[in-house]
Amino acid sequence: MVTLPVKRGETSGEAVYFLIATALLDLVAILATAASHDPLFQFQGYIFIAAFTLGAFALTGGIFGGTLKSPQDKYSDGVIRAGVIATMFWGVAGMLVGCIIAAQLSFPRIFYFSDFGFLNFGRLRPLHTSAVIFAFGGNALIATSFWVVQRTCRARLFGGMLPWFVFWGYQLFICLAGLGYLVGITQSQEYAEPEWLTDLWLTIVWVAYLLVFLGTIWKRTEPHIYVANWFYLAFIVTIAILHLTNNAALPVSFLNHRSYSVWSGVQSALVQWWYGHNAVGFFLTAGFLAMMYYFIPKRAERPIYSYRLSIVHFWALIFIYIWAGPHHLHYTALPQWTQTLGMTFSVMLWMPSWGGMINGLMTLSGAWDKLRTDPVIRMLIVSLAFYGMSTFEGPVMSIRAVNALSHYTDWTIGHVHSGALGWVGFVTFGCIYCMVPWLWKKKSLYSNTLVEWHFWIATTGILLYITAMWVSGIMEGLMWREYTPQGFLAYSFVETVAAKHVENVVRLIGGVMYLTGFLIMIYNLVRTVGMPSSEPAELKANLAPAPLAIPAE
Amino acid sequence: MAATSSTFFARHGKLERHSLLLLIAIIVVVSIGGLVEIAPLFYLQSTIEKVDGMRPYTPLELEGRDIYIREGCYLCHSQMIRPLKDEVERYGHYSLAAESMYDHPFQWGSKRTGPDLARVGGKYSDAWHRDHLIDPRSVVPESVMPPYAFLAKKDLDYRDVADKMRAMQRLGVPYTDAEIASAQDDLLAQADPTVSGRALKSHYGSKLNVRDFDGDPTRVSELDALIAYLQMTGTLVDFSTYKADAPANKR
Repeated sequence: MVTLPVKRGETSGEAVYFLIATALLDLVAILATAASHDPLFQFQGYIFIAAFTLGAFALTGGIFGGTLKSPQDKYSDGVIRAGVIATMFWGVAGMLVGCIIAAQLSFPRIFYFSDFGFLNFGRLRPLHTSAVIFAFGGNALIATSFWVVQRTCRARLFGGMLPWFVFWGYQLFICLAGLGYLVGITQSQEYAEPEWLTDLWLTIVWVAYLLVFLGTIWKRTEPHIYVANWFYLAFIVTIAILHLTNNAALPVSFLNHRSYSVWSGVQSALVQWWYGHNAVGFFLTAGFLAMMYYFIPKRAERPIYSYRLSIVHFWALIFIYIWAGPHHLHYTALPQWTQTLGMTFSVMLWMPSWGGMINGLMTLSGAWDKLRTDPVIRMLIVSLAFYGMSTFEGPVMSIRAVNALSHYTDWTIGHVHSGALGWVGFVTFGCIYCMVPWLWKKKSLYSNTLVEWHFWIATTGILLYITAMWVSGIMEGLMWREYTPQGFLAYSFVETVAAKHVENVVRLIGGVMYLTGFLIMIYNLVRTVGMPSSEPAELKANLAPAPLAIPAE
Repeated sequence: MAATSSTFFARHGKLERHSLLLLIAIIVVVSIGGLVEIAPLFYLQSTIEKVDGMRPYTPLELEGRDIYIREGCYLCHSQMIRPLKDEVERYGHYSLAAESMYDHPFQWGSKRTGPDLARVGGKYSDAWHRDHLIDPRSVVPESVMPPYAFLAKKDLDYRDVADKMRAMQRLGVPYTDAEIASAQDDLLAQADPTVSGRALKSHYGSKLNVRDFDGDPTRVSELDALIAYLQMTGTLVDFSTYKADAPANKR
């Protein structure tokens, strides 16, 4: 049993500084809310006031109750447990909203309410995308990165209470963004909809996250920085660069919720899709590959297939991804040289993407039987299969001639969901199935049979979803360009809308199945946490053995 | 060969032991692509075409555009007609970069759950827009669009319109100080034909839609602003003087 060099838990003094800062911010929020005449700014103000007041009370209670300890000889796992719970909560919320908007497109006469603007598709769609990407995915990334960086560095998380600030600060960001969409606060940049005030708050939280992550690496007692941490670091740093550049905006006034982007027209289009595509590349790919690089070897009890492949594909992936954005703007008013450059790099991106898939899949060499015996491994491996499929589909769709058909259609929605449900969702489920027994000190999950049910219901749901979207996307693309023998356009636009009804319903069924699988997972995890613990409490969070996948020299 | 590759991987070990080196290497590697693609768009003269007729939005259109954004219209409607035969026949002349040069940010969209709106201006009557926005299925039975009846019931809150124009001016949109000073008057003048629109037309030209857009002359509603914006989209550039084949306009 390895123990960390013991230092006194110094958190209590630090908690006082946090309390003072929270109280000051609360005061600023109250004054600003009172001074503004903009109802939407005031709405954000009330959320800030509620959050800071709750935070101040919690900190005061913690200081006087003496519960804020930071024992340096133990891993910091409480914040990870909170992260797992948040991941599950936001996942259900985000996917439920997804099902609602799918129902709206299938049955608009039933699921729209003419006097409730906040329930319209245009308000709920950013709520869905942000909730699943940033709330579900983001919490999964933060929680797993805190687990992985501690175990691979053999060091407690840096910064005393700072990890908890990252956690609660990030939940506040989610509430500001999500509730903001419902009342109509948006700057209309897809996947970057939150307005300037929310963006500023996220910037503070993100800097704290980078500090916690890097600080833990600086404290490490392992000579090497493990490959998963390269990916996490690339994800954190690049998202910061993307966020700051794409959200550069001038507020209408400092007491107004609205701002205008400093970029306009064609430049703003390219900046947005440089951001948008790399939100996929670094948030949904690099970050989740980091999870894959720790949890697959750990669960399979095999070393990573190839250390050299991980080096080559890491640098190639992060270098090439950044160029791929312009493929979202084929045939637009963006200069053609930029479109061509984006397309070229998008096709090249196929190789480093598959490098990651191969490295993960081949890690199972010599342990393929686990695919049959361990449904969690199966989930992780199938996530890589979906990753491989969507990173092949992506380069194909980035080719100009294909894009002329696929752009603006449901095919894009299908492509996104094969990546989001198949890759991001499944790899997250797999990692959380691994982590929950470790975090709550249980021998195993409550039920492997329920994992089987989750796996098969969700997989069938994904297949229904993506095949429905392939059909409707390619169909509407072809209908838009169809001519009669006399040389007239064959279909009015609304005929193409009506033609998609069946596919919309199938998509809804697929989504509901995926959500059903997720609910089974949550039931399984709740029962797991309720099982008797396998270890006595004092051994809690003592150091786990280093992962098997430390690279060879 | 084997020797060089093993030196390469041995050197990589240095990055794996020094987190700051790794951090700097990551920042350098991820910066190159964006710089090469984005930076030239700001200085290459050919990025934006030279056209006649483009002007900044009137105060009413600007408020309408903010409602368009607030309601998330861009999520289902593109404003970017591609130079493909069927699109040009369906929607009109393909979109130019110049047509969105005052858009902070762009509204090109990425999805057509509904049709493109880049040139919807003037295609339908105000009454059609009003009926369609209040209850889309009353005029298009197969539509899947949400209803926006609440827009007609809500007075437009235009207290901040001058501040909005000031922010746009600071970002390079050519609003004059006089236009900003008379923003509220101009807004009211465009929605109410009984008010003298002389200042409005001297600011934004005579090719303006000046009328009561929502059919309720007693108030300026959010629906007024949104329809004013929609009726203007794609109508500004004078295509009779635009030479698509001129070398300066080839991109």
